[in-house]
Formats: sequence, structure tokens, C-alpha cells
Amino acid sequence: MIRLSWLQFRAQTVTAAAALAAAAVILAATSAHRGVNAGFYHWLYMAGIVALYLTPALIGTFWGAPLISRELEAGTYRLAWTQSVTRTRWLAVKLGLGCLVSMTTAGLLSLMITWWSSPLDQLDQFNNYRLSPLTFGARDLTPIGYAAFAFALGVTIGLLIRRAVPAIAVTLAVFAAVQVAVPLEVRPYLIPPVRTVSPLSTSNITGTGDGGPGAPGVGGQPGPNLALGAKVDIPGAWVYSVQFTLPDGSTDLGPEPQACRSGSGNACNTALARLHLRQVVTYQPASRYWAFQCAETGLYLLFALLLAGFCTWRVNRPDPAGRR
Amino acid sequence: MSAVIEASGLGKAYGRTWALRDCALAVPEGHVVGLVGPNGAGKTTLLQLAAGLLAPTRGTITVLGERPAAGPAQLARVGFVAQDTPVYTRMTVADHLRLGAWLNPGWDDSLARRRTGQLGLDPKQRAGSLSGGQRAQLALTLALAKRPGLLLLDEPVASLDPLARREFLRMLMEAVAEYGTSVVLSSHLVADLERVCDYLIVLVASQIRVAGEVSDLLAAHRRLSGPRRDPATLPAGQDVIEESHTDKQTSLLVRTSEPVHDPAWAVTPVSLEDLVIAYMNPANQIPPRRPQLGVVS
Repeated sequence: MIRLSWLQFRAQTVTAAAALAAAAVILAATSAHRGVNAGFYHWLYMAGIVALYLTPALIGTFWGAPLISRELEAGTYRLAWTQSVTRTRWLAVKLGLGCLVSMTTAGLLSLMITWWSSPLDQLDQFNNYRLSPLTFGARDLTPIGYAAFAFALGVTIGLLIRRAVPAIAVTLAVFAAVQVAVPLEVRPYLIPPVRTVSPLSTSNITGTGDGGPGAPGVGGQPGPNLALGAKVDIPGAWVYSVQFTLPDGSTDLGPEPQACRSGSGNACNTALARLHLRQVVTYQPASRYWAFQCAETGLYLLFALLLAGFCTWRVNRPDPAGRR
Repeated sequence: MSAVIEASGLGKAYGRTWALRDCALAVPEGHVVGLVGPNGAGKTTLLQLAAGLLAPTRGTITVLGERPAAGPAQLARVGFVAQDTPVYTRMTVADHLRLGAWLNPGWDDSLARRRTGQLGLDPKQRAGSLSGGQRAQLALTLALAKRPGLLLLDEPVASLDPLARREFLRMLMEAVAEYGTSVVLSSHLVADLERVCDYLIVLVASQIRVAGEVSDLLAAHRRLSGPRRDPATLPAGQDVIEESHTDKQTSLLVRTSEPVHDPAWAVTPVSLEDLVIAYMNPANQIPPRRPQLGVVS
């Protein structure tokens, strides 16, 4: 069964190998300038991120979704399932091999692009620090988890819809939705964030306002009250929120001091210092990068396994092919 | 003699529609079984149940003593050629033979090579570019080289032209003679099967109308023609399968195990085709079978 799966998946593997070779050539040829953050090289840096998000999506739609739906659609399942191999084994080998090739493809591409991008990642410009929601999913391990999940998702949807083209479309839609939902709704809760409370140094304040429309900065409540902007200097951290409180913990800072409305910056700073403000930062430190990488990759791999288990159950249910 | 297919109370429903119901069968070993019925009668459903591609809604079916597709060993003993003979269009003929060798422990490679050689199939040709007849032959080769105890063929000749049809059946019969495989093949035309099968199952509107050895069936049916007469006046033991009347004449197809002695009748034997057509006609009420005429397993 492994040899048959390989025969049937060989074309995809060759395509993947060719694409990886092309990527390797481009990245190697430009590697001398890979720290340059301008023009073509910056474009290439962004293209690398896009490629790493696109690869799992393509794997799920074009490798995963047709894997079984095409057999059901063309009727070849009647040939495959009447050889001396149980459906469970047939599915396990097809899924296993496909997943392996998918994960290897995504892993190698991620390895190359992570290496190529590392000087720019360290520049911390454009908020492209490694833990930032956008960059995080296009570095190191996460693309491997995405690829495995996308492949299993495509196979599952193909098995349920039983037609290749609709399965491709639905897989793409579902996977895109997952890729948007996870950074927003799941990843922030994988590890509880760190919360630090520190006295707000006036030298950190970048702006003040009355909290009306267009008030500067983060953390201030809109309204007639004082709104503040302040620098947060935690290198590489993924900052969830910055809040300002009075020493008693109240977030209601009161009206903006008169000194800040008119008068000099110094007078304003003095008036602010008198409030003894505190800065509350909720964030994930950069040191948790690998913990997050492992947690998120593990989560995707777990769901890929669950989908594989579901497929095994489904294919052994009566009439997985429906009425033909 | 043991049964290759045994079914009792077998039924298969798709939603609320029954594709097959109350099917009781005991097909003995060593026969070429013709499964005949109009399109949509449930032939494919019955064969797919036997191949394990479908699961019964009601009742049970065993094939070669086991539940269909119960495991690799059971699968290895049953060869199946599905309707429209599906093949992997992008794989070559040689790839298909490799597939067979990889997936079947009992694979007979010399048989497969000899057959493809005889058929003139180019090993390098893609299966998608084969003609219907060649594809059917390739599918048959795959099923035969498994060396199964039972070969199930679903409408194998439906898409073939008359010449390819004859050729396919000839090769099938050669293989049966050589390896002693039991065969069940379906068709909606009895003419396709007349020459090859020695056991017949007629399936109409999801129910089995008659099943038995062809020689027994032919021996147990007579055509009676004579002056017009009410079939109800026939003696016990003569069951009317089909009747037709003109003003003066009556023609009956009866099932009887006894010779007909009534001098009023002109008694003639029936042909297999007449018999099947009489059983296939949904207007004919088939009287319940008597025990001595039942299919003995």
C-alpha cells in the first residue's frame, strides 16, 4: 500500500521538490543582502511570509481535498477497496504519506525562509518581531503544524463532500477562517500573559490628551478624561495592552491637568508626575517564543490527528461513498 | 456443497427508498451465476453488498463464509469488477498490474502478464486512453490475478460492442475453466448471459423473483397451449407464472415438478429467455415457491 500511495503521490512530491529547489536558489542568490531592509529585499522578506502562509493553504486544497474525493467521484474507490487491503490501512497510508510530504515541504520552506529573514527579524522594524501575530506563523515550526492540519482538513472535507472541486473550495474557506481565528482568538490564551505594574516615568510619555476623538496614545479611556500615550520598551515582546492607573488602581485618571492644555511641556510633566501614575503592561515576553511555537504547532498537529481519526471512523461507516 | 453467497432478510435502503429488500439467497459454489433484472432493480446494490462496498440496512450477508470485507483475508478471496470498470486514468497498464501485485498477497503475476500480452495491452499506455473493452479487460485481469474464490462482475459487458462482449465472455469462461472460480455476473439482458451462466437469479423491483440452476429451472417450467381455459382450474402443483389469452386460445407458462398429462394442452419446453422475461414482467404475480422447488444449498 505504501508503494501504491507513493506512486499516486509522486507527482505532488516532485512538484514540491521543484518548488523548494526554486525557493532555495532565489534565497541563496539573494542571501548576501538578506539584512537589507529596502526595495527588492524588503519585498522578498514580505514575500517569504506570504509564501509560508500560502503553502499550507495550497497543500490542503490541492493535495488534501482531492485525495479521497477524487476516488469517490471517479468511482476508483470500488477498485481500491476491493483489493486485499482494509479501508483503514488504505486511508492510514494515504493520509500518513501525504501528511509526511506536506510537513516536510512546509518545514523545509520554513527553515530556508526563517534563516533568510533572521537579520531583518532582529531589526524589529515594521513590528515584525518574531512573536508578532503575522511573523509568528511564518517562522520555524508553525508552518509544519499548519501543513499537517490543512492536509488532514482537506482530506476530511473531501471525504464528507465526495466531490473534488467543491471540496477544494470549502477547504480553502475553512482553512483561511482558521488561520484568521487562531492568532486572534486562540493564540493569546495558549499561555497566560505576564502583567507588570511599574511607576510611569514622565520621560516615557509620548503624548497627552483629553481622550476625545483623535486622542493620542494607547490606554486612555475615551471621554473627557486624561488620555496618555507612553513608550513601552520590552524588546520583542507581544504586548496585549497598556493601561494607566492611579496609585489606588483606579483607571479613571480624572480630567487632564490644565497645565497640559496650555503652557509648556515641563509644566505638564510636573503636573503629571504629581499624579504618581502607574503603567500596567500585559504582554508575552520574547523568551516565550519557543514555548508558543511548540504549543501552537502541537495544537495544529493534535487537530490533524483528530481529523485523521474522524476520517478512519467515517471510511469504516456503512456507505462512505454514498449512493452510486 | 457450501454457499459462496448466503443472504437472509437482506435489505438495503437509501433514505426511505429500498434498493433491495427481503433478499434470501444461497448461491452454491462452482457456478457461473447470472444476475438478471431490469435497470434499477438492485443488481448493483446486491453485488456491492457482496463486495463489502455497501453495508446492509437489514438482514445479513456472508460471502465465502465471512462478512464481506471483514478483513484482508476475506477481501483477498473475492474479486470485484465494478460497473463501468473504474481504473486510475493517469496510471499506466503496468502501474495497475503493480497495484495488484502490491495490494494482493495471492497475486498471480504470470497470469496477469500472460493476459495483458494476449490482449495486446501496451504496458506503458495510460489506462485513461484505453477503449471501453480494453479497460474492462484490464479490470478483469486485475480481479482474476488476485486468484479469488469468487468473482463478482457488475454489468461487465454493458458498455462493450458485440464483438468485445463476446471476447470478454470467452476470456472469462476460459479463466473460470482454468481456475475453477465461482462467478456472479449481472446484466439487464439475459441474452448476454445465456451462453455462459448455469445458475440464474432474477431480480425485479428490489426483490428476488427466482433463483436456481438453469437446468433445474428449465426442467421445472413448461409452456402449455390449448383451448381457452381458466388457469384456476389447473391441478395443484402447476403454478402459473404467465398467462395470455385470445378468444379461443390460452397460453400458460407454468412451474411444475410433475409431467403434464392433460391431453388438452400442447406442452413445450421453455427457453431461458422466455423464462426470464416471464419472471421479469412486473405484471406477473409469482406464486410462492414450493419446498421441493426451492433452491437447495
